[in-house]
Amino acid sequence: MPDVRLPTVLRSHAGGASVVEAEGETVGDVLAWLESTFPGLAGQLRNTDGTAHRFVNVYVNDDDARYLDGLDTKLTGTDEISILPAVAGG
Amino acid sequence: MAIYASALDLIGNTPLVDISSLSPNPGVRILAKMEGQNPGGSVKDRASLAMIEEAEKDGRLTPGATLIESSSGNTGIALAMICRVKGYRIKVVLPDNVSVERRQLLEVWGAEIIPSPGSEGSNGAMRRAIALAGEHPEWVFLHQYSNEANARAHYEGTGPEIWRDCPEITHFIAGLGTSGTLMGVGRYLKEQKPEVQVWAIEPPVGEMVDGLKNLDEGYIPELFTANNGFDLLDRKMIVRPRESIEWTRKLIEVGVFAGISSGAIQAAAVKAANLIDEGTIVTIVCDGGWKYLSAGVWTDDLDTVEARAKATIYF
Repeated sequence: MPDVRLPTVLRSHAGGASVVEAEGETVGDVLAWLESTFPGLAGQLRNTDGTAHRFVNVYVNDDDARYLDGLDTKLTGTDEISILPAVAGG
Repeated sequence: MAIYASALDLIGNTPLVDISSLSPNPGVRILAKMEGQNPGGSVKDRASLAMIEEAEKDGRLTPGATLIESSSGNTGIALAMICRVKGYRIKVVLPDNVSVERRQLLEVWGAEIIPSPGSEGSNGAMRRAIALAGEHPEWVFLHQYSNEANARAHYEGTGPEIWRDCPEITHFIAGLGTSGTLMGVGRYLKEQKPEVQVWAIEPPVGEMVDGLKNLDEGYIPELFTANNGFDLLDRKMIVRPRESIEWTRKLIEVGVFAGISSGAIQAAAVKAANLIDEGTIVTIVCDGGWKYLSAGVWTDDLDTVEARAKATIYF
């Protein structure tokens, strides 16, 4: 089961947890699982068409999933997923 | 040696240094482009000069004008230096959790600092700058995140310099802040050699910044979308503070005294070197280490420095 690290802004919707053990074989599965397990997250991670929210970056072991296989990126039990809001620098 | 008419003429044309002794793979060379050599001390001199000259050309900037910009430090410092030389005034919206040296350097160049809450990060500083610019139409807001001259400075400068000095390049790795460096250099290099891989590195800022109220306060720079960043990049990864500091320290072994974001980029270069058989990786050393001395990056216990870095914006 992949562990998911949640950003501070989402923790209150997941009972305050910073890490949750999620279910799913792909990144898309995990996002769907999170939204159905924690109703407060519904609509926060994905758009209505199931694609990832524009300002949500999902990392698999620190790699942005958009540049892997996106929502179809396959996961193993040892993968760690991090969800972070998009932030600029400079 | 040549005599330059102005310190501003020293911007750009930075050297590449071979730091392959840090490469874990003997088949992979790593070359670092030394942007700390710019007179303002960072890669941001390039975009800042290009944005100011563009605004002078199109008539937005006239003598005695006042600029406003938001910055986590380096762009503000670069703009302030150029403004000082050219005779403009500048106000910089700066998150209050940047290193003390960033504030000091802004003061050195005569910028007025408008503090913004560190918990809101760079995104919050930018929102404040947009609001202030709206209230003060007499101020010139160059908006580094959407200003095409930012990426053009790298398309016309940094990119061609790398191609001239290192046509054997296989990977280009840089930090993603405004995306100007990655978009400009990445686009130029791929036009010359489409198989060049372009990798973006980010700090996990979202973990350090607690003040976002919802994910809609996230921000993707207009420059990134305008340049098809999602297609241009081949890979994007976060490098955590501890690893970034470890590699900032390792850079010292090869004589490179650099900031923490440069350490993050070298950490990613090492990951890339482990994934390929052979190649030449060009990385950006964004700035020198001077602004990070107060953070004890090289001198204090690693756990202590990591905790400090987690509360600081250094990209």
